[in-house]
Amino acid sequence: MIKIINFLGTPSREKFSLFVPIGIFLFSLGLIDVTLNSLFDVNITSFFPRGLNYFTPLIFGFLGLYYLRIEFSGNKMLDKLNININSNWFNSILTLLIIFVLIQNIPPLLNWLIIDANFVGTTKKDCSDSGACWIFIKIWFPRLMYGLYPNAELWRINTSFIMLITLVVALFYIPIKLKKYLIIFLIFVFPFIMFNLIHGGNFGLVWVETTAWGGLSLTFIISVFALILCFPIGMFLALGRRSSAPVTRYASIGFIEFWRGVPLITVLFMASVMFPMFLPDGVYMDKLFRVIIAITLFEAAYMAEVIRGGLQALPRGQYDAAKSLGMGYWRLHLLVILPQALKLVIPGIANTFLALVKDTPLILVVGLLELVGMIDMAKTNPDWLGFATEGYVFAGILFWIICFNMSRYSQRLEEKYKTDR
Amino acid sequence: MNLGITTFLDKRPKIKKYFPQIITLLFIIFIFGYFTYNAQVNMDNRGIDFGLRFLGEEASFDISFTPFVEYDGTKPYAKAYLVGLVNTLIVAAIGIFFATILGVIIGISRLSSNYLISKISEWYIEIFRNIPLLLQLFFWYFAALRALPLPKEAINFFDIAYLSIKGLYVPRFVWTNGSVFLFSIVAAIVAIFFVFKYTRIQQEKSGRRIPAFLISLGIIIVLPLLTFLIGGVSLTFEHPELKQLSKTIYNYIGGVAIIPELMALAAALSLYTATFIAECVRAGIMGVTKGQKEAAASIGLTPGQILRLVVMPQALRIIIPPTTNQYLNLTKNSSLAAAIAYPDLVLVFAGTAMMQTGRAIEIISITMLTYLSISIAISILMNWYNKKIAIKEK
Amino acid sequence: MLKYLKQLTSLVAVIAVLFAFTTESMAAKKSKTLKNTIKKGFVRCGVSQGLPGFSNADASGNWTGVDVDVCRAVAAAVLGDASKVKFTPLSAKERFTALTAGEIDILSRNTTWTLSRDADIGLTFVGVNFYDGQGFMVRKSSGITSTSDFKSGLSACVNIGTTTELNMRDFFTANGITYEPVVFEKADEVVAAYDSGRCDTYTTDKSGLAAQRTKLSNPDDHIVLPETISKEPLGPVVRQGDAVWEDIVRWSLNIMIEAEEYGINSSNADAMKTSENPQIKRLVGAEGELGAALGLDNDWSLRIIKQVGNYGESYKRNISDTGILPDRGPNELWTKGGILYVPPAR
Repeated sequence: MIKIINFLGTPSREKFSLFVPIGIFLFSLGLIDVTLNSLFDVNITSFFPRGLNYFTPLIFGFLGLYYLRIEFSGNKMLDKLNININSNWFNSILTLLIIFVLIQNIPPLLNWLIIDANFVGTTKKDCSDSGACWIFIKIWFPRLMYGLYPNAELWRINTSFIMLITLVVALFYIPIKLKKYLIIFLIFVFPFIMFNLIHGGNFGLVWVETTAWGGLSLTFIISVFALILCFPIGMFLALGRRSSAPVTRYASIGFIEFWRGVPLITVLFMASVMFPMFLPDGVYMDKLFRVIIAITLFEAAYMAEVIRGGLQALPRGQYDAAKSLGMGYWRLHLLVILPQALKLVIPGIANTFLALVKDTPLILVVGLLELVGMIDMAKTNPDWLGFATEGYVFAGILFWIICFNMSRYSQRLEEKYKTDR
Repeated sequence: MNLGITTFLDKRPKIKKYFPQIITLLFIIFIFGYFTYNAQVNMDNRGIDFGLRFLGEEASFDISFTPFVEYDGTKPYAKAYLVGLVNTLIVAAIGIFFATILGVIIGISRLSSNYLISKISEWYIEIFRNIPLLLQLFFWYFAALRALPLPKEAINFFDIAYLSIKGLYVPRFVWTNGSVFLFSIVAAIVAIFFVFKYTRIQQEKSGRRIPAFLISLGIIIVLPLLTFLIGGVSLTFEHPELKQLSKTIYNYIGGVAIIPELMALAAALSLYTATFIAECVRAGIMGVTKGQKEAAASIGLTPGQILRLVVMPQALRIIIPPTTNQYLNLTKNSSLAAAIAYPDLVLVFAGTAMMQTGRAIEIISITMLTYLSISIAISILMNWYNKKIAIKEK
Repeated sequence: MLKYLKQLTSLVAVIAVLFAFTTESMAAKKSKTLKNTIKKGFVRCGVSQGLPGFSNADASGNWTGVDVDVCRAVAAAVLGDASKVKFTPLSAKERFTALTAGEIDILSRNTTWTLSRDADIGLTFVGVNFYDGQGFMVRKSSGITSTSDFKSGLSACVNIGTTTELNMRDFFTANGITYEPVVFEKADEVVAAYDSGRCDTYTTDKSGLAAQRTKLSNPDDHIVLPETISKEPLGPVVRQGDAVWEDIVRWSLNIMIEAEEYGINSSNADAMKTSENPQIKRLVGAEGELGAALGLDNDWSLRIIKQVGNYGESYKRNISDTGILPDRGPNELWTKGGILYVPPAR
């Protein structure tokens, strides 16, 4: 077979000017065939017998790439191309298949997403059938972001999040002396401020019941509160697991393994249905608070494992040196061990936070409407039936942007802190 | 900080040692006691009694997907629990199977020298890892599978399987004397085990290499086939047929119906977990030091042999523990079936059964204990495996 | 002598205080729920997540429906203002646990009264505000006109954890039909699955079928089959153990029905104070001490009738006029051929 293809001779550097144009021509022919076929439904190779029709672009492309496969051709671009996607026949076939699949699928997708989509309008009638109906998202956007929170009070949610972001950003730019105070403020004082702002009832703010909180803001409220609260609990659990006292150790292990062994859904059911039975008669705790407590305990177990990893990575010498200075257990840990361990596991903590954000959509099974729950509500509204795809694609894109950036950020953190040691 | 209590404790070192433990113990006892007392009071007030007696009561609800277990509404709640558990294990097994295959392929492609392939694997991992699993599940179930046609215009796979909005219908295997066939398979596996053991001992003793793989292949093919010829085993297929139930309602009768809920759950779980498994595989293969590959090449092994005899065994050591963790995550994530109508343990037991009987505490505890047992079993297995393959440092 | 006198006075003082306390507590009817409701200033009412005609919120957050009116009647009776109600939408899964946990004080969510629910889970049903039955909905194009047309192999969409799920099984088994149950938690998901063709039929209470039909993409393409396969008496539920609160809710509902029986409605309630009929005068609080028996003031029933209306007005406003069920069916007074017959308020 190779002999047939090689009637022009093997591709080699000497015959560069012969093979390269032929190769490029054949390759482009294959590409054009697929493009015309998928975009315009035009079949330029229809004169070939039936079955061969589907394979002609592949054959053309394969031949083209074969002719282009000149080792050490001297042309930098060609060499780079050859090493990367054309190193042998298997690779070239895979490359061709991938390119063809992309050509066949990306244009219709872009078509649906952007070109034929409807952006302008106010009712369902403004949506045409061929493209995505982004009007649906536009109209429901405030609900998707803020849930059923009253429109007049939205400034409270916005203020708390702007405050949070400014404080976290400031954490990186203020001098080290003030950092400690800022962290203490962030962990101990800010939650109260945020809670009061959003919940209302005090300081003259209108009370908004927790069943009205929803949308993406609820996702972040739960994530922020759970992260701040699960951190100290996780720390205690990690220390407890490493202690030599049997009671503390086994209690910590039991706690951690229990929460890590059960799915989050059962934990949420436990919080919404079982937990009220454990409260004294007549005492009622709001469902959102119960859910936040449940999620906090759940994440604390994972956080404990992450922190334990950091504690284990510290050399024994640190413990010995601190003890030789006469430090007791708590002083040793607070001043020497924990600062170093926590610095090691900052990427792990970022990962836990990322997992927390990805787990929050589950709360819709207990009736709290965060972003995905609000989309469910929007898509079953009688005026807007049939836009499930647009809703989920929008939520997917939104979550993807948030999570992707967070994971990139945690990777950067990992690199930054790795060089310190 | 010299509180009175610290000086008190310092003078009595023995008590100081046990003091924190006693405090912790008292705290735990207090918390448990407080909860139990409150629960008791609440239940007395409402006239609810606590107990597992309800498990013997008739369930009086049906479940749509019950392969392998005989179930109808007259069976007790304990049977419903079993059906839920089996369904959970089924979706977990399917998910693990596809996730592993997909994960290995993507993991290896990530390391390919072909730029396009490695880039596409990278994008696959980034996309499917950063979208919440529940969202992916909803997309597959409410958006993708709802777009399938009605049974009358079902997608036809060579007249054997049919795909419609009501599910994927495949032929049912109808065995006569199926147990004989199963025994033959078990016997074949045992025989293969002994064959491998024997050939290994032979190789170590005398250097003689017996083609164990070919022999085992022969055994696993011939032995079951024999049961067909002389064991009285026979296999027929029951094909799904389109039946008209009314002017416009059609459905497939016969064969096995794989409900769309199962398909959506398995698809979402596989695609999501495959990203994590791909990362584990990649870490494993990259974790084998380059020196190993170079040394193997220097003694004349071909690239295929290098992969099989040198790289994979060492890579597996790194790959298997985190991958097993991912399998566990997949099993726990299968509980998301409660959000779509797939009758797994959570939906059937902690959903319908709990709502019909009202026994929240017992049912949720049993459900949590079930998942906990599965986790602990896998952890114990993993620990045993780790100890077994641990490199004994000199 | 002085010492003796001191002891005697202290003894008398103690007895007096004890007496005062006991009479005080005997006078105020012992009901924790009533005390909490008065203290909070609103009635906590558990409703559905959106069922037109029974409990549905409009875009501005106002709830309307016959179930909503029951809670409003209780608020009018206890707090004097029918608008002092806080509504909590609940799914079928959490409705009972929300009540037993104390998240709500009345569950008015078209809940079927059954023995196991009444006796086994710590709740008490206090009446029926809608007599209904379970039915099936199919597409007109399917050609099915009665449940006898059902054939084996059908798939049916239903809500999880409802009496509907159990009754459906009983019905199909009794008729020898094998079927595929598709159970969802949220009513909206059930409707969407039926609409998309995933199931061939949708089953729930007939009032629910009529109400949910408005949420389908083409309501006119569907019909509700004539057969009723079970009894579904829907009514409000409260926690077991608080007898006074039970009585208040029960009799608030009964007042609404009996008022219609005697022709009292929201517009003529005040005028009825001067009626000749002693029972009418009792119903509007112009005679008798009915309120005290419940621990309320005597205008409680008048407030209910004036602010919420009688049963007929509530039904007309929410169910007949909205086109959901133009006919009252069994939910008519016993004097007019229906089965609404409540004990007399006297």
